[in-house]
Amino acid sequence: MTISARPIDSAHADESVGMSYLERLPRRVVTIYLPLAVFVFVLLFPFYWMAVTALKPNSELTNFRDYSPFWPSQPTLQHMRYLLLETSYPAWLLNTMIVAVGSTILSLVAAVFAAYAIERIRFPGARWTGLAIFLAYLVPPSILFIPLAVMIFKFGIYDTKLALIFTYPTFLIPFCTWLLMGYFRSIPYELEECALVDGASRWQILTRILLPLSVPGLISAGIFAFTLSWNEFIYALTFIQSSENKTVPVGVLTELVRGDVYEWGALMAGALLGSLPVVLLYSFFVDYYVSSMTGAVKE
Amino acid sequence: MAGAAITRTDAPIAAAREPLLQRKGFLGLLFMLPAAAFLLVFLTYPLGLGVWLGFTDTRVGRAGVFIGLENYQLLWDDSIFWLSVFNTVVYTVGASVLKFALGLWLALLLNEHLPFKALIRAVVLLPWVVPTVLSAIAFWWIYDAQFSIISWALIKLGLIDSPINFLGNTTNARITVMLTNVWRGIPFVAITLLAGLQTISPSLHEAATLDGASSWQRFRYITLPMLSPLIAVVMTFSVLFTFTDFQLIYVLTRGGPLNATHLMATLSFQRAIPGGQLGEGAAIAVAMVPFLLGAILFSYFGLQRRRWQQGGGD
Repeated sequence: MTISARPIDSAHADESVGMSYLERLPRRVVTIYLPLAVFVFVLLFPFYWMAVTALKPNSELTNFRDYSPFWPSQPTLQHMRYLLLETSYPAWLLNTMIVAVGSTILSLVAAVFAAYAIERIRFPGARWTGLAIFLAYLVPPSILFIPLAVMIFKFGIYDTKLALIFTYPTFLIPFCTWLLMGYFRSIPYELEECALVDGASRWQILTRILLPLSVPGLISAGIFAFTLSWNEFIYALTFIQSSENKTVPVGVLTELVRGDVYEWGALMAGALLGSLPVVLLYSFFVDYYVSSMTGAVKE
Repeated sequence: MAGAAITRTDAPIAAAREPLLQRKGFLGLLFMLPAAAFLLVFLTYPLGLGVWLGFTDTRVGRAGVFIGLENYQLLWDDSIFWLSVFNTVVYTVGASVLKFALGLWLALLLNEHLPFKALIRAVVLLPWVVPTVLSAIAFWWIYDAQFSIISWALIKLGLIDSPINFLGNTTNARITVMLTNVWRGIPFVAITLLAGLQTISPSLHEAATLDGASSWQRFRYITLPMLSPLIAVVMTFSVLFTFTDFQLIYVLTRGGPLNATHLMATLSFQRAIPGGQLGEGAAIAVAMVPFLLGAILFSYFGLQRRRWQQGGGD
C-alpha cells in the first residue's frame, strides 16, 4: 500500500512545500522537529542502552561514577563469547529459526490455497469463510494456550519443536490468508478468465498466473509470519520444558537469570543477538513490512 | 453502475455453467482443506476445550471431572481475580488512550515534509519489530531499582534526590508497565494511521486554508473524519492485544508487587501452568472472552455507522 503511495507522494511534494510557506522555520522547529526528535529518541534509546550494556565489561556496568554510562570505555566481547560458548544460546537460535521457518512455510502454503478458494473460486459460503478467517485472527494466544497445552500433551509432542510448529499457524494462517485475500483481489480477474478460456485448470491458473503475480504479497506475508513466530512467547514458554529445545525469547528469560544474580551484560547481549535476525530482515524489506501491517488492518 | 453491469453480464454465464457450480463447491472445499483442517484442530477445538476445561477441576497430569460453575464461583469470591480484572481494564484503557494520542501525533509529524522521511519511518517501527520479550528485558535493566539510567540522569539533572523504584511499589509498577506497553504500541498505531493520512488529498487542506480554517480546524474537520474508519480498526486491534497482553508483564513484574500488575492473562498462566490448576486457569481465560467480544462489536458497529454516515453502501 505504502509502496504504491510513494510515487504519488513525490508527485504531491511541490504542493506540500507550497503549503508549508505558511509556517516559518522557527515555528517548524518547535512544532515538528523537536517533538519528532523526542519521539525518535524515546523509541530508540532502549536499543542503544541494550547495545551499550552488552559491550561494557562487568566492572563498568554499575559504576556510573568512574565511567560515563552512555558509552563503554573499554568495549568487550566477553558477554557475547560467554553467551555463544558457555550457554545453549546457539541451540536456541537454531530452534527459533527452525520453528519460525517451519511454521511460516506451513502457514503460507495453507493460506495460499485458502485465499485462492475464498477470493477466486468463490464457492458457496466463501464470504462467511472469509469472515470466519478474520475472526480467527482476533483469537488471542492467551486464551488458547491452556487447552492447547492439554492437547499437545495428549498428542505426545510436548517439549518438542513440533509442538510450536503446529501451534504457531493458529495465528499465522488467519493473518496470511487475510493478507493474501487482499492481494489476490488486486490482481485483475480477466487474466484468469483468459486462462480458463484457453483451457487451463485451476491448479495451472494458481501456479502459473496468480502466484508469480503475487510474489510481493507472498514476501510480505512470509516475512511478517516469520517475525511473528520469531517473537512468539507464551506458547514457547508453556509447551517447552528442556533447555535445549527452548526458543531465544524463552531461553534468554528463563536460563540467563539464575536466582538473584542478573548477568546484565549477557542478558543484553542475548537480547541484542536475538533481535538481530528480525531487524536485518526488517531493514531489507521495510516497505513489505509496512504494507503487510497496513494491509492487515485495511478492510 | 459498474456493479450492475458486471452482474448483468455475469448472470447468463453463471446460468450456462450450472453444473460447474457443483464443481466449484467441491473445488473450494478441496482448496480450503489444509487451512480449515488446521484451524479446526488447533483453533476451534481448543476454544471449545477451553470452555469445557473451565467447567472441570483438571490439573496438570490428571484428567478432571465436571464440576459445573465451581471454578467461576471460586473466582467470584477471589479478590485477586477481581484485582486482575481491575488492573486489566485500567491497563487497557490507559495504554490505549495514550497509544492513540501519541501514535496519532507521531503519524501527523511523519506526514509532514521531512528530510530522511523514509529512514525515520523505518526506524520508528523498530520497537514493534523487535521481540517484545527481548526489548522488555532491556527495559528491565533500564528500570533497575539501583542502577536505572533514568534515575541516574534525573539525579544528575537535579530533579530527584534518590533513585526511582520503578517496579517496586504498586503505583509506580502500574504506571511503568503501562508506559512500556505504550512504547511498544505507538509505532503500530502511528505507521498504520500514517498510511491513512497519506490517502487524504492535500487539496482538501488547501481549500480549507483558503477558506480561513486554522490548523486545529483542519485537523478536527478534515483529518479526523477522513481517518475515523481506520482509527476504529487500528484501535480495536490495539485494545485486543493490550487486553490480552502477557509477555511484557511476565518479563517486568510477573504480576507483582502485591499482584498490582497482574493481568487476567498472567493470572491465568500463573494458576494454570506453575500452579497446575488447568481448570481454574481456563476459567479465567474464558472470563476474558466477553470483554474481547465487546471490543470487537464496538469497532464493528463503529465502522458500520461511519460508512453509513459517509453515504456508502453497506
